[in-house]
Amino acid sequence: MNYVIIGNSAAAIGAVEGIRQVDKTNPIVLISDEPYHTYSRPLISYYLAGKVAEDKMLYRKHDFYEKNKVTTMLGTKVVAVDTGNKEVVLENDEKVPYDKLLIATGSVPFIPPMAGLDKNNVFTFIKMDDIKAIKEVVMVGNKAVIIGAGLIGLKAAEGLTNLGVDVTVVELANRVLPAILDEDAAGIVQAHLEKQGIKFELNTSVEAITGSEKVEGVSLKNGKSYAADIVVVAVGVRPNTEIVKDSQIAVSRGIVINDYCQTSIDDVYAAGDVTEGYDIVYAQQRVLPILPNAYNQGETAGLNMAGKISIFNGGFAMNSIGFFGLPMITAGIIKSEDENYEVLVKSVPEQGYYKKIILKDNVVVGYIYLNKVDRAGIVTSLIKDKINVADFKEVLLKDGFGYIDLPQELRKSRLLRGGIA
Amino acid sequence: MSLNYMTPAFIIERDKDRCIDCQVCVRQCANEAHKWDEEEQKVYSEDANCVNCHRCVVMCPTRALSVRRFPLEFRYNANWTPETIRAIYLQAETGGVLLTGMGNDRPYPIYWDHMLLNASQVTNPSIDPLREPMELKTYLGRKPDFLKIKNGKLLEDIPPQLELDVPIMFSAMSFGSISLNAHKSLAAAAQQVGTYWNTGEGGLHRDLVQYGDHTIVQVASGRFGINPDYLKAGAAIEIKIGQGAKPGIGGHLPGEKVGEEVSKTRMIPLGTDALSPAPHHDIYSIEDLRQLIYSLKEATEYQKPVFVKIAAVHNVAAIASGIVRAGADVVVIDGYRGGTGAAPLRTRDSVGIPIEFALAAVDTRLREEGIRNKASLVIGGSIRNSTDIVKAIALGADAVYIGTGALIALGCHLCQKCYTGKCNWGIATQDPQLYKRLNPEIGAERAANLLKAWAHEIEELLGGMGINALESLRGNRLMLRGIGLTDRELNILGIKAAGE
Amino acid sequence: MKRVYAREEYCVGCKLCEIHCIAAHSKYKNDLIKTFKKDTNPPVSRILVEENKPVSFALQCRHCDDAPCTKACIVGAMQKDPETGIVTNEEDRCVGCWTCILVCPYGAIQRDERGHKVASKCDLCSENGKVPACVEHCPNRALEYGEEPFYLAKGK
Repeated sequence: MNYVIIGNSAAAIGAVEGIRQVDKTNPIVLISDEPYHTYSRPLISYYLAGKVAEDKMLYRKHDFYEKNKVTTMLGTKVVAVDTGNKEVVLENDEKVPYDKLLIATGSVPFIPPMAGLDKNNVFTFIKMDDIKAIKEVVMVGNKAVIIGAGLIGLKAAEGLTNLGVDVTVVELANRVLPAILDEDAAGIVQAHLEKQGIKFELNTSVEAITGSEKVEGVSLKNGKSYAADIVVVAVGVRPNTEIVKDSQIAVSRGIVINDYCQTSIDDVYAAGDVTEGYDIVYAQQRVLPILPNAYNQGETAGLNMAGKISIFNGGFAMNSIGFFGLPMITAGIIKSEDENYEVLVKSVPEQGYYKKIILKDNVVVGYIYLNKVDRAGIVTSLIKDKINVADFKEVLLKDGFGYIDLPQELRKSRLLRGGIA
Repeated sequence: MSLNYMTPAFIIERDKDRCIDCQVCVRQCANEAHKWDEEEQKVYSEDANCVNCHRCVVMCPTRALSVRRFPLEFRYNANWTPETIRAIYLQAETGGVLLTGMGNDRPYPIYWDHMLLNASQVTNPSIDPLREPMELKTYLGRKPDFLKIKNGKLLEDIPPQLELDVPIMFSAMSFGSISLNAHKSLAAAAQQVGTYWNTGEGGLHRDLVQYGDHTIVQVASGRFGINPDYLKAGAAIEIKIGQGAKPGIGGHLPGEKVGEEVSKTRMIPLGTDALSPAPHHDIYSIEDLRQLIYSLKEATEYQKPVFVKIAAVHNVAAIASGIVRAGADVVVIDGYRGGTGAAPLRTRDSVGIPIEFALAAVDTRLREEGIRNKASLVIGGSIRNSTDIVKAIALGADAVYIGTGALIALGCHLCQKCYTGKCNWGIATQDPQLYKRLNPEIGAERAANLLKAWAHEIEELLGGMGINALESLRGNRLMLRGIGLTDRELNILGIKAAGE
Repeated sequence: MKRVYAREEYCVGCKLCEIHCIAAHSKYKNDLIKTFKKDTNPPVSRILVEENKPVSFALQCRHCDDAPCTKACIVGAMQKDPETGIVTNEEDRCVGCWTCILVCPYGAIQRDERGHKVASKCDLCSENGKVPACVEHCPNRALEYGEEPFYLAKGK
């Protein structure tokens, strides 16, 4: 038995740990185009701001590969998967055979067409190398335009602001963080970011990046233009399915996987941002580019690859993030989509406090917690376990909502177990 | 509004160098003697609310608390004592009967402490209970006048007997007056040690039926919770005529203590007052009592001994004789220091007689009448330690009941506020916030430990007297000598003076 | 593995568990007076008493068999010890992103923002290798430390 894993982030590491729970001996080969020991992708903005040193970015300790008997091929690019011959093809035409293969190639930045993308100092913001490139040119007093006010864009904005850069964020939607916040919460977050000096251009997009060789500015579709030394494109990400495009592996928006994290081809598994897995809130296949999902899928894939039948019965969108000391946790559906949804809200904007819970048929399907995020996971678990909350709906928004508010039977059955996860 | 003349009885002393403002005292005081000042972020005391139950003192994690008598003094007056004056202030304000809990606390003589035990020297050597077997086994019940034996076998059945591994039982305290967790504690301890607990007049909670073999079920004037299943659930039945703390008085469990469980167990409507009449309205004579005794025996097919419990009053010996003749298997005498959940203060403190005299008088009378074997004699009413028990047995008791002592083992600190229902130790309360403070597993362990400890001590004392079986001490008044007693008292007790 | 199980029927709501938890994790190790009087910024309690009178109980990390916090942790600081089963957070790697709070189904992870922001959670007092401080100081055995819940252990 010979395992090959393509990728080196949460899903890949999850797979290594999954395999090694079952199979302590057979070789694992891990191939990644990045030359680094596994590191935490979400930490790159901390690294940019100098809050975390490079050696503290490790997702697992230095001895991880050695301890788990993993042979690494770092800085090696896979260009194709040959499922007929059960081998992966490297950039230099070398082939690596596999018995079980995991594709965990993650996502790549989505870059919308616009003029001037080829100029120097236009960056993306998802990998270590992106940050290293920015670090090389950025200087205090620089001006930066960030295209996209999503999680990545705002993390870039925060990191650059901390470095003394004057930041403007351009967003096509009507609010910041449109994927995870509704208008009210987004308004609170935007006001908080504006206090830190970040400027916003909403409801518009970039027409062109201007300058000769180097970026000098951007012109927006709303007619405004901004001077800029740096442009960060952070509109979003899409599954990095490049290496399977010529294979038999079924791809929709991402690589299609089942509950066992198997692809359409035997012995080929996929996990993480590259996949399109089941979203239990939407009850459909969706791309869910979030770290907990990646790890769980990776681990599930690993267990199955090593022969222990294991199911990951789906995830849903969930994020915990914070900007300049304002934490927020959101999950699932954050805006009522039609009259079948029930919305509970408590808002104290002057304290940056906002709590919203979305229900459908008396089951929580999503929530937004702004500022007071403590114990949010209890609500996450209500979504995950599809608990009918009809009997305690009125206390869901209460400050300090906790186990005391759950029906005794539910509370006891959970507390007397060693762990419900 | 008018001026309230009442001043605090106690003062709470908080060592500020040790207090960490953790608020454990605030959370634990049901009387709200500790409070949290949100503005100052500090704990402070409301001395007037303190009943000196020590809950806060014991719970305080830094030992920062102490409680003392409030230092305010009245001008010295040997006649008009502070208690007397305060009682008048209170009654002038309320117009009500003074209520109290637990037993008589007045400084009357304690006759146990005027009796001394013998020990063997040279002749009749003493016995070391660690090396030699000691027997504390006690059988309660009617004993035949003589045994008919043929071919080494008894020809007639012995009347039903209760078998006790230690001569100590838990006396009657109803579910209602004390919490279900207190009942569970006592029931489990009785089972563990091989003795009995008593339901009191409040029925037997369904959770406690499992302890039936170690349960004495009580029948009293209110007849609460009584039906054939209840009678059969126990190992013995006790008819309660009276109790030492309030002879001649009935009982009153206020409606607020009659929650769902009490209501079901007593078989009375939720939230209604449970009134036990002063007399049994069907008992006006010894003959009437005999009817009840035999009704209960009939109902339980003569399988269970029937106890009759009375308070120790002036002509206790004659009454006890009548009870034996009425057919009781066990006579229970409760002395004037016996405890209670609630009693009128004046009754508690001034009615009844000391158990030591009552016991001696009853034992003597039954012997004189030649009927001592027809019933066992159990006494209660402030048995405080193992020597009280040894002395009681030497005076003629078969076994003792402990109530107050058992509750102290469970955590009672004798604050005497049982009647308020706010027992901070979870004993004399039906408040779910409070009764959960008594974990019956801990309670059972502590109550059982107390019995075991006393049993060890009894063995030691017996061994010292050269006696290896409790049976040999029973009624053996030669093992007692009086000290500081008048001839009259010695005579009633039937013992010699020290040195005689 | 051994876990702490709460018995709500005997929890008296005194919060001594919280107080002793704070002290056990303070720089004055178990010295209550110094912890609360000298440490101007004592740690947060890792155990939480929830109360709605008359019901109360203490809740802390359940050290889940399949602990979601360890899988969601973005830096790999939250780990379950394969031998002891104890879930601990390596505080110097934790960046305080609160993803563990997002996924903990028990709400048993606290924010400790005294200095460098870190997630703070029950470690079963694994450092001192004894019975956890909360269990040791519970005055009414409302917290039990054992391989299985009390009701299984007692065959009820």
